[in-house]
Amino acid sequence: MRLTPRDEADVAEAIRAALARDAPLSIEGHGSKAALGRAVAHEHVLSLVGLSGVTLYEPQELVLTARAGTPLREIVALLDAQNQQLAFEPMDHAALLGGARDDATIGGVIAVNASGPRRIKAGAARDHLLGFRSVTGRGEIVKSGGRVMKNVTGYDLSKLVAGSYGTLAALTELTLKVLPKAETEETLLLSSLGAEKGLAALRKASGSPYEVSSLAYDPQGDAAALRLEGPPISVTTRRDDLARFLADFGGATSVLAADESRAFWSRLRDAEPIAGEGVIWRVSLAPTDGFAFVERLRGADAPLIAHFYDWAGGLVWLRLETAADAHATVIRAIVYALGGHATLIRADADIRARVDVFHPQPSALASLTRRVKEAFDPRFILERGRLRAEF
Amino acid sequence: MSLLMPLPEQAIMARREELIARLRAILPAANVIADETARRAYECDALVMYRALPLVVALPETVAQVSAIMALAQEMSVKVVPRGAGTSLSGGALPLEDGILLGMSKFNRILEVDFENRCARVQPGVQNLAISKAVEYAGFYYAPDPSSQIACTIGGNVGENAGGVHCLKYGLTTNNILGLEMVLMGGEVLRLGGKHLDSELYDLMGLMTGSEGLLGVVTEVTVRLLQKPVSARGLLLAFPTVEAGARCVGAIIAHGIIPGGLEMMDAATIGAVENFQPCGYPLDAGAIVIVELDGTPAEVDHLVAVVESIARDEGATQTRVSQNEAERLRFWAGRKNAFPAVSCIGPDYLCMDGTIPRGRLPEVLTRMDGLAKFHGLRVANVFHAGDGNLHPLILYDASKEGDIERAEKLGADILRLCVEVGGVLTGEHGVGVEKRDLMGEMFDETDLAQQQRVKCAFDPQHRLNPGKVFPTLHRCAELGMMHVQSGKLPFPELPRF
Repeated sequence: MRLTPRDEADVAEAIRAALARDAPLSIEGHGSKAALGRAVAHEHVLSLVGLSGVTLYEPQELVLTARAGTPLREIVALLDAQNQQLAFEPMDHAALLGGARDDATIGGVIAVNASGPRRIKAGAARDHLLGFRSVTGRGEIVKSGGRVMKNVTGYDLSKLVAGSYGTLAALTELTLKVLPKAETEETLLLSSLGAEKGLAALRKASGSPYEVSSLAYDPQGDAAALRLEGPPISVTTRRDDLARFLADFGGATSVLAADESRAFWSRLRDAEPIAGEGVIWRVSLAPTDGFAFVERLRGADAPLIAHFYDWAGGLVWLRLETAADAHATVIRAIVYALGGHATLIRADADIRARVDVFHPQPSALASLTRRVKEAFDPRFILERGRLRAEF
Repeated sequence: MSLLMPLPEQAIMARREELIARLRAILPAANVIADETARRAYECDALVMYRALPLVVALPETVAQVSAIMALAQEMSVKVVPRGAGTSLSGGALPLEDGILLGMSKFNRILEVDFENRCARVQPGVQNLAISKAVEYAGFYYAPDPSSQIACTIGGNVGENAGGVHCLKYGLTTNNILGLEMVLMGGEVLRLGGKHLDSELYDLMGLMTGSEGLLGVVTEVTVRLLQKPVSARGLLLAFPTVEAGARCVGAIIAHGIIPGGLEMMDAATIGAVENFQPCGYPLDAGAIVIVELDGTPAEVDHLVAVVESIARDEGATQTRVSQNEAERLRFWAGRKNAFPAVSCIGPDYLCMDGTIPRGRLPEVLTRMDGLAKFHGLRVANVFHAGDGNLHPLILYDASKEGDIERAEKLGADILRLCVEVGGVLTGEHGVGVEKRDLMGEMFDETDLAQQQRVKCAFDPQHRLNPGKVFPTLHRCAELGMMHVQSGKLPFPELPRF
């Protein structure tokens, strides 16, 4: 059954009714991320599309409030008209998960803590959520945070709900920090360095004073890409300074002008270079470990089809041949040794029901995580099983 | 001084000797402070009006010792109050008479600097500024820079989610740490995050940041390091009124510029600063705005020209641009001296910390003025203008009968005003004990109960830093109860698609 509340009070009523019947709810916006996380098939879906609309936007104050079901494209268009943006650059999952492009809601973006190539400079969704309203798994309306940039009044529950996949509370309204768009951008490309040297160049650039906002290496094309954003005069000088700063690495240098640069990074943001048949993983590591991770994976004979590195090597996107465990055992063993976490982004539902989609935690941390879930949703009524089989 | 703290438990006080003996089995003798005179050094933090003598002070040196103390405290049902450098302005480290004061000052080492991954692993007792000092030879720094940065420690910064004058552009503590090691009540040691970004499942590191020492004791922090901008220049802008200054700040941001620093001071503060240590601020101005722009020289020069022209359009009566580093620092000198300068005209002051939507500033100032007159006191104002964080300094004289009480009442009225216009009680100083009883102005009972349930997930017996943040303590069992009624699913299958 699909429940379509009209407002927050309806959401509370729906959750209280679900509690009384012990009927777990999935929470959905437009469903663009329904295939993320462990595979669960709940009979009842709580759709938040009825809670839509921007309720506050003050460009000079850098703040925007929207109901959870507001289409992301609506928010982006509104910001665009004022030369502002969501600086965390949420990825679009359509290239990997199918479905229509550009069909996310802001609630879903926050619920998965989405981010993009600019993460290394601007942060993830978590860093831009100033406050929220929600209905918890207890059926209670709870708010936290506020609409101002600086706020330490009470626990920062915004951090908890960002990335919680709807397992703590159904978000009803979100208040976000928005930022000016850069006047222009360019991308410096260093080609023919090979992965190891290309990644070393990215790390060197990340420690430079030239404010590089994105750093990626794509093996197809053997290109290390460095994005510079800002006023034109600044972008041009930084680009030249950066090219000189990295001259020792050699390789062929080229530049993507503004439009090409935007297209390049939006393709990477949406992980298009690895789109195709197979299972898909997203691995977050220390930047220096990205290359070692892929080498070890190759050494373990994992059937790697495509991959690329973002975040100066700290984020590795992988596509492999499908397998009964989606290669979780071998991937997790390598990540365990290096430190970091690996998330299974795409695999058949039967695999995602069996295999840990999210990285396993040590037992003390796993117990605490469960207690936090219980603090919001003691009956596991919201998205039961989405994050962990136990809750 | 009407503050109510949890009543000391006599049964615990009676077991003090046993507790001390067992702490001495965990720690070297010198690290257990039982002597009253020595304990006095810990009786308050920077919110000096509230004091309490801790039952005993423990100064662990290793994570294993912290864990053992937390396990002992849990076993004996003793409360624990963690403390870094004691610079909290909200009483976050106020001791309890029946509690262990857990001083983290001996955790003072930088464990690892990893430039390639742009991070450093440091112990919680390392001073904020010491991190930047340790990496400056390579051109790096740690961005959050609270005014107390020469004294305050990174563990306390995590506890309070410390900000500083550069946080509009570079973020708060929560945006600048990658990993934490912490010890729970009971002694469990957890690691959150690491050198990678965005750990899966719940962001407990984000939750810990700003939790005021109520959830766990931080024993290690992995901080992000940033490369220092190659150049920075300052602008000193004078305006006839605070309103005009506030309009200019809005216009700068509307132009798409996020300055590294953006501060404002009112006439009362300008006068105090020039009286304290003259630094060339215009005494006839109603407000001054200090803008700092950083980046490559070409970018900075470009932005300086843009900001200067915005300021003129907004009616600046004076615009000065720093021509060298010495001049840039001189622009800042008065701002950095603002608090001691105000205490010279005070003679005492109470520093508030509300944040408001910036557009409401003129209205808030007018009403604040009215409130001050009503209470018969004066207020000087310093703002982190870019992010709307106000520091009204309420001037009073502690030697005058009833002045403290009047100042506290005015402070509470000012914070209520901040909340009323859509702001918050505290932008960076924390709730602690100071704003605890005002939490109800911002949150209803359900909101507060949910926050306390989070506390229960970490510390079900309320043994860690109780009496802070929450106006009333509810038992976790009571908070966990749930009443479920009716069972019919409402409004199904509406034909909306």
